Amino acid sequence: MTTVAVARRSPLNRAARIVAFAVIAIVLYDIVLFVALQQSWLTGSKALTGDHAFGVAIQQTINALSIGAIYALIALGYTMVYGIIELINFAHGDVFMVGAFLSILVTAGIFGQIPGADITNIPFLILVLTVALLLVMPATGLLNLTIERIFYRPFRGGSRLAPLITAVGVSFILQNVALVVVGSGDRAAPQVFPLNWQIPIGDAKISVLSIFIFVLAVGLMLALNTFVNRTRLGRAMRATAQDQQAASLMGVDLNQTIALTFLLGGALAGAAGVVWGLRFGFVRQDLGFNAGLKAFTSAVLGGIGNINGAALGGFFIGFTENLASALGYSRWSEFLVFLILTFVLIFRPTGILGQQLGDRA
Amino acid sequence: MTDVLHAKNVTKRFGGLVAVHDIDFTIPEGSIVSLIGPNGAGKTTFFNIIAGIYDPSAGSIEFRGRDMIAKARRAWMEPIAWLLPPAVLGAITLAVAESGTKNQTVLALGLTATILALLASMVIGVSRPPAYQRFMFRFGIFRSARPNDMVVAGLGRTFQNIRLFANMTAMDNVLVGMHSRLKTTWIDALLSTPRDRREEKTSRVRANELLTLVGLKGRGGVVAKNLPYGDQRRLEIARALASDPALLLLDEPTAGMNPRETAELTVLIGRLRSELGLTVLLIEHDMRVVMGISDRVTVLDHGERIAEGTPDEVRRNPKVIEAYLGTPPA
Repeated sequence: MTTVAVARRSPLNRAARIVAFAVIAIVLYDIVLFVALQQSWLTGSKALTGDHAFGVAIQQTINALSIGAIYALIALGYTMVYGIIELINFAHGDVFMVGAFLSILVTAGIFGQIPGADITNIPFLILVLTVALLLVMPATGLLNLTIERIFYRPFRGGSRLAPLITAVGVSFILQNVALVVVGSGDRAAPQVFPLNWQIPIGDAKISVLSIFIFVLAVGLMLALNTFVNRTRLGRAMRATAQDQQAASLMGVDLNQTIALTFLLGGALAGAAGVVWGLRFGFVRQDLGFNAGLKAFTSAVLGGIGNINGAALGGFFIGFTENLASALGYSRWSEFLVFLILTFVLIFRPTGILGQQLGDRA
Repeated sequence: MTDVLHAKNVTKRFGGLVAVHDIDFTIPEGSIVSLIGPNGAGKTTFFNIIAGIYDPSAGSIEFRGRDMIAKARRAWMEPIAWLLPPAVLGAITLAVAESGTKNQTVLALGLTATILALLASMVIGVSRPPAYQRFMFRFGIFRSARPNDMVVAGLGRTFQNIRLFANMTAMDNVLVGMHSRLKTTWIDALLSTPRDRREEKTSRVRANELLTLVGLKGRGGVVAKNLPYGDQRRLEIARALASDPALLLLDEPTAGMNPRETAELTVLIGRLRSELGLTVLLIEHDMRVVMGISDRVTVLDHGERIAEGTPDEVRRNPKVIEAYLGTPPA
């Protein structure tokens, strides 16, 4: 028998390295935060001591993971759409906003309109969350698909600027429809997930909700990764991203593949909307702008068009924001985020995991 | 012998330029037909019309007995057909609401039905199931074939400039070629059903066979851009074969190859016909390849067909010599 002379990177090996990288990064962040929290020159009068600082550091790390996970989920939609048709879908953040509102509708429908109620009935909780995700994700997916069909597809093959402007328009349409339907203020999201459900570890109290959000997001990302890398339609998506016309000449239905990309991106944004409502307890009609901007930044930071990059960027921004607010500088968090973005782009214009543009096509 | 492809009086104009003028062209089943001509003769345009990238300005393409690029008729009516049911339902709901009924249930039902109809037409319009396409065809609403429809109908092609999916492995490239022949849907993929896993397995076996056929045995795991040039050309052929075509279009397959690689490829093309029963349409500048393996040769110049016949006939044709070498001085 001939031995195959091709060194294939075993997927298990790769997964192990990613997990190792993540664990090291998290522990490192934890230590940095632990040390920083004790410095009085950094935190002013709020400097903490030993054990207390350790507890807060762990708590904040978990918070950072959950907010990073939300950004990452939204960023995936930006990056996938950019990867396949090189369109910055400005309406994506607003699809996320619609998802958050739909989630309120669904949870309030099942749960009754009692914000802040405390229920630790776990089977019921699982039921509510499952139903919410199963209804909201397809709904936002379909919304995104519809947007593509009506507003982007007619421009395909033409100028790249036209759909970009349309995307800005769609963003305004969604925001203003939301404004008409739900008004301008904060809308309370039913607290289905009891916020005071925490696991005490030493001094730290770790929110179960944050862990749930993180696990859900990682699960969805793994599913997406498997879908893109291992299945027929995922292959078609990758081929389309590299060379649309060649893919089409090899029998890939471009319309279907691009529609599928929008469907998946919208569904992930919907999931992010559901967990946003749970975590922050309120939803507003202009939510999509800010969250969308952060998620877009994540996608650019990670290397737009790269799925793993978007996830990495999302967590990166989650941690950066968290670092600023944990030390008492939450007003500076966005400044810090965009400062880092600027520096990353100066030294790596294609983003952390981005490829040279020459590699595409 | 039946014809795999029959291009009837095909004309293509780009603005004022007539790139292809009134060409009638047939490819008999099981033959190797070559299309040659000086640069700018309209070969690639003609090729692209067959591949479904361009619609001809006039004429039609009959592929395996089916009219593929009939003039798209009333394609603009399709979106209207989608919007009709929800619009009617919406109008009825509105009319009921206007008539001043106090029955909330009826209104809610009407609204729900409207939204559902809208969603349904959206999903059908995006997925375009075959039954739906036949239905629309019956009403004379259809569009011309797109490249992927031609592949489904049985046409495979390679490119003049290599257009592999450079960042994907050789195996994945071949599997993309197989895309239109695989049946699993995204639901299968998400649930990882037995059908999905079975199909994935058989398609990998088949892809390995194809790689072996073109001489890339065991190189399936190599990223396409890292393959040597000649191997990339062969991988393109494997990818085209993966869609199980009846007709293979090769656009200058030996461009940039050294003489040894060219000779190997010529043998391979011959084998494709003898072993897989393929019909081949070849565009080629290397006359040794063209004259060596073609059954018939068609010569284009300035968008017109100037000669057709066996390689020997074409070689002796004064018009061909003139097109290639210019008019001899008087």
